[in-house]
Amino acid sequence: MNFPIISSLILLPSIGALFLFFINSKNVTGIKYVSLFVSIINFLISIYLWLIFDQSSYEFQFVESRVWIKDFINYKVGVDGISILFIILTTFITPLCILSVNSSIKNRLKEFLIAILLMETLMIGVFCSLDLVIFYLFFEGGLIPMFLIIGIWGGERRVYSAFKFFLFTLLGSVLMLIAVISIYWIAGTTDVEELYKLGIDPKYQNLLWLAFFSSFAVKTPMWPVHTWLPDAHVEAPTAGSVLLAAILLKMAGYGFIRFSIGLFPVASEYFVPFIFVISLIAIIYTSLVALMQDDMKKLIAYSSVAHMGFVTLGLFTFTQQGVEGGIFQMISHGIVSAALFFSVGVVYDRTHSRRINDYGGLVNVMPKYSILLMVFTLGSLGLPGTTGFIGEFLILMGTFKKSFLVAAIASLGVILGAAYMLWLYKRVIFGELTNQKLLKIIDLNKVELSILTLLALGIIFFGFYPDPFSNTYSVSVENFLNEYNDKLNNYNLQNQ
Amino acid sequence: MINLFYISTEIFLSLSILILLLIGVFKKKSESFIYNFTCIILLVGLAININLNPQFPIDLFNNSYKIDYFTTLIKSVILISAFLVMLCSLNYVKQNDILKIEYPILILSSILGMLVMVSSNDLIVFYVGLELQSLALYVLAAFKRDNILSSESGLKYFILSALSSGLLLYGCSLIYGFSSSTNFDLIYQNSKSIEYGIIFGIVFILVGLAFKITAVPFHMWAPDVYDGSPTSVTVIFAILPKIAALTVFINFLYGPFLEMFDQWQAVIIFLSIGSMVFGAVAAIGQKKLKRLIAYSSISHMGFALAGLSVGTNEGIQNSIIYLMIYLIMNIAFFCCLFMLKRENQYFDKVEDLSGLSKNHPLLSLSLMIILFSLAGIPPLAGFFAKFYIFTAVIEQSMYFLAIVGLLSTVIAAFYYIRLIKVMYFDEQKEKYDLNHSIGLKMILVISSTIILIYFINPNIINNFVLDITLI
Repeated sequence: MNFPIISSLILLPSIGALFLFFINSKNVTGIKYVSLFVSIINFLISIYLWLIFDQSSYEFQFVESRVWIKDFINYKVGVDGISILFIILTTFITPLCILSVNSSIKNRLKEFLIAILLMETLMIGVFCSLDLVIFYLFFEGGLIPMFLIIGIWGGERRVYSAFKFFLFTLLGSVLMLIAVISIYWIAGTTDVEELYKLGIDPKYQNLLWLAFFSSFAVKTPMWPVHTWLPDAHVEAPTAGSVLLAAILLKMAGYGFIRFSIGLFPVASEYFVPFIFVISLIAIIYTSLVALMQDDMKKLIAYSSVAHMGFVTLGLFTFTQQGVEGGIFQMISHGIVSAALFFSVGVVYDRTHSRRINDYGGLVNVMPKYSILLMVFTLGSLGLPGTTGFIGEFLILMGTFKKSFLVAAIASLGVILGAAYMLWLYKRVIFGELTNQKLLKIIDLNKVELSILTLLALGIIFFGFYPDPFSNTYSVSVENFLNEYNDKLNNYNLQNQ
Repeated sequence: MINLFYISTEIFLSLSILILLLIGVFKKKSESFIYNFTCIILLVGLAININLNPQFPIDLFNNSYKIDYFTTLIKSVILISAFLVMLCSLNYVKQNDILKIEYPILILSSILGMLVMVSSNDLIVFYVGLELQSLALYVLAAFKRDNILSSESGLKYFILSALSSGLLLYGCSLIYGFSSSTNFDLIYQNSKSIEYGIIFGIVFILVGLAFKITAVPFHMWAPDVYDGSPTSVTVIFAILPKIAALTVFINFLYGPFLEMFDQWQAVIIFLSIGSMVFGAVAAIGQKKLKRLIAYSSISHMGFALAGLSVGTNEGIQNSIIYLMIYLIMNIAFFCCLFMLKRENQYFDKVEDLSGLSKNHPLLSLSLMIILFSLAGIPPLAGFFAKFYIFTAVIEQSMYFLAIVGLLSTVIAAFYYIRLIKVMYFDEQKEKYDLNHSIGLKMILVISSTIILIYFINPNIINNFVLDITLI
């Protein structure tokens, strides 16, 4: 297989963006079709990649490696069973975002779509880079388009939110940069595959782990550095919120698996109690905060923090169920939160209000919308038969193996999750139709209907039949945990 | 027999200065001609300089002047950036009534001074070069003599610079006293044992040089002088003397004082940390772009010094890469400043940028790329500049310096993105003129493209410095 399929996945959206740059910005339909075309082609390529991907192997596949900076860094990309799913998630969500701009973006459409396409390049790059420096480039590069998406097309407090997003994330990741360079000097390479083989001297691992953690914790986001997320979500335009919730947050979760746990097993084991505690705080505390919100987007943003708390909890159990649950929860949250933000965007475009109190009784005027939002609400709270259930169930199962208490407290979070989501649904959809403005509101148009239906079908289908996903990652996860335990046992043997 | 062939660049520039002076005196209204001719002279000088490219180091004039790959490279960088500066400031100079015959000639003589500084291998030669460079710059700073700010900045620069030159000379005399020579190689041989006199001398020389590159705490003059001088002179201040002075830093530290590494390392680290942090913090409140870029350049010099403080070849090479990328970014930034004009009036306040993206999408796009790059956000060139520096710093396990430096980039990012916010998020104002010279537009487009696509093949710039081995 000589064709550089991964590089073309990474490059294609950028080429599309470059092409858009030269189209006259008055040609609105042309711009939309070009960007939609590019992103759908990219989706098809990624599906093709999934089909020819060998699920029985845990090795990195389709690896490309060429010299980039002489004697220093190689450009190296490739996928394994874990990363390929995130790539598909990215290429699946991006066309939906582009479809959704019809109603939400009024000015500077061309620039917006260029930013979205550049974002896609960077996000795919994050998930398939096999070199720490390349990873850092993609990871940090995402700041620029996202900053502009929030700042230019955002709501009233967009400047504050954009600055907060930018500075928080940058602050978190500069320490990671130091860690990356340190790894280069400690181990002599930044190639992830080789680092897996060589291992990193345990005496450095704790500090390096913390440096990586500082970056991923901000991005995940974990309590107490999650405060940028609600602001960013609230002010970002719909497509921006969707990208942020569905994919950007997953970059950190993916980073935890690939780098924190993969590279520093000894440190990861050491920090397990720490992670458990702040994950639990995130789950319980942000769920309670979510209950108190009167802004729909903020509520969903806090629920994202809680769900990501489940993810970190699952990943750091180091059990087959926990890690698989964490990965599945990320995919599931990617679809569900995207769907929820799209849904909020739908009503926001019509009424320009995100306040829950301004709604009520929508079921009378928007029946289709109400049905679909029901599916997403249930998906978010983890009803059996939706993707949310599988993720949370596996995570809790993995956690029970490790600690009964932690699992018991985390289960509380599930209940709280159900509480705030159902209450949100009740307040928005049911009840009296008091707001006069809502009388004239129109139900979903064709584009919105197709976006939301697609997501709803995804949630239900993979909720009943998760095998396509789980088959893809299970071999990789198994091998990953074996290697993890081997390294840990070696270390323990040496210290005895 | 002294081989004069190797200093043909300097000879050529000196002769050109004399001839241009004669032309200026005897031919009336020859300002434009001299300006244009100076650009050509710089290009020819560049060609001569590249043509030299010695394969092995050459000593001239009783070993007081040396030519090797490193000095030739730096000279080429100085000449090419001087050419770009002249080209992009042409319209500004014409419209602000500072196009006199002296203007280009003074620039040429200051460049001649820089070339002498870079190649000097002797304290006296070095000092002559430094003063030639500085004296020309004092006059240039005050060139808009009817403008009170410009006169003030010239005077301020002159007085403070004279003070620093005094300190520098005192340092030189101490060195001479304790090592009984002014020649770098002899100083190196005679100063193997650590004597306090020499250490004091080093510190005084470092202070004088730190003044020239505006390292904290010797930076006070920079914001006022940058702001008061005409913009076409500010761009010279921001780029040319810094390249020359930083090269002299390298020549000093890794030449005669190499044995004293443990002694001067702390000084350089102090200067570096101070500049990085102070430059980042102080720029936040600035309302004028020229003051802001003054603080920003203070902070950038801190990063370049961080590369010098590690004491390895990689550190030096990475500092030079940093300097090259810095000068590309700064030339591009000043090109944007030159484009902010309406009816022959130039604007340089932060608020003048507001809503630029609606009226001038391409200008604001390039400025955005430049600012993100100055802030060091990947994948732009500015990120790599910092990345290389910290690679060298962390190799020597100097984690404190690395952490402080990177945290200061976060602070600095704040004011860079504030400018982007003003351009992209704020309400639009009146349009600016569009009739810029082709040279200005070309420089802006090319330099911002280089910044943008540097990551595709970083080796193109990196290869220049691979052959620099001073240790």
